Amino acid sequence: MVVVLTALLAGLVFGWGLLISGMAQPTKVLAFLDLAGRWDPSLVLVMVGAIAVGSLAFAVARRRKKSLLGLDMRLPTTRIDRSLVVGSTLFGIGWGLVGLCPGPALVALGTGQAKAFVFVLAMLVGMGVFEGLEQRRARRAPSQA
Amino acid sequence: MTIDWNAFTPWPALIGGVLIGIAVAMFVLLNGRIAGISGVLGGLLMPRRGDIGWRVAFVAGLVAAPLLYQLFFGPANTHIDAGFGTLAAAGFLVGIGTRYGSGCTSGHGVCGLSRLSPRSLVATLTFMAVGFATVFVTRHLLGA
Repeated sequence: MVVVLTALLAGLVFGWGLLISGMAQPTKVLAFLDLAGRWDPSLVLVMVGAIAVGSLAFAVARRRKKSLLGLDMRLPTTRIDRSLVVGSTLFGIGWGLVGLCPGPALVALGTGQAKAFVFVLAMLVGMGVFEGLEQRRARRAPSQA
Repeated sequence: MTIDWNAFTPWPALIGGVLIGIAVAMFVLLNGRIAGISGVLGGLLMPRRGDIGWRVAFVAGLVAAPLLYQLFFGPANTHIDAGFGTLAAAGFLVGIGTRYGSGCTSGHGVCGLSRLSPRSLVATLTFMAVGFATVFVTRHLLGA
């Protein structure tokens, strides 16, 4: 139960960070991605602030086997492969088209905009297609699953 | 390149970034997890027992964030310019792309770079470069 409450609080704080920083404004994100136009460098500082705090946290987390609540530390270690690059490319296209990535999309959904609803729905469909294709692949090559 | 100094908001950007970092820190130190939003959300599509509550709670926190924000700071600006067709296509690409790429701006960009993960650096450089290229094409080549 505590785990659920801490997750809720982390989601809220993350969402406030996105809202205060301007990351949840698609127009501001697009202005950051528009290097050839009138460039808004603000989002560089969002990354600087987040990584400054994040790197301290991960320096501590790296040395622990269990979290402070006694849960296993789950820090993924997967390889650099084609799907990492292809997936990130598809994501970059979608991000550049409207200026929304998954976090800001969920925050925008909370403002009740129909457009955010369409984006999140399409995003879930995309995630569902991935799950379907992965399951089919796992059935075909059970030894590698 | 022309920097738009009028649009530049260094303090809110830095303070918001620090809040994102605090959320990431809470999530890894308390829950032992990477606060990667695409991964947390995607894991709900094929739910496993005992692995649902915290995912729903984290997503609910993000969705509820603007409601509480409004109480202190006034209306949250998340205005979306794109049309419905573009939104559907872009949403689909973001959904499938972040799952194949094992992460998005939060999981790779913030968490991955914070823990000096080489694969997150590759992923972040890729989606950033493609994001820049996409905006260049749509704004300057197609003039949309």
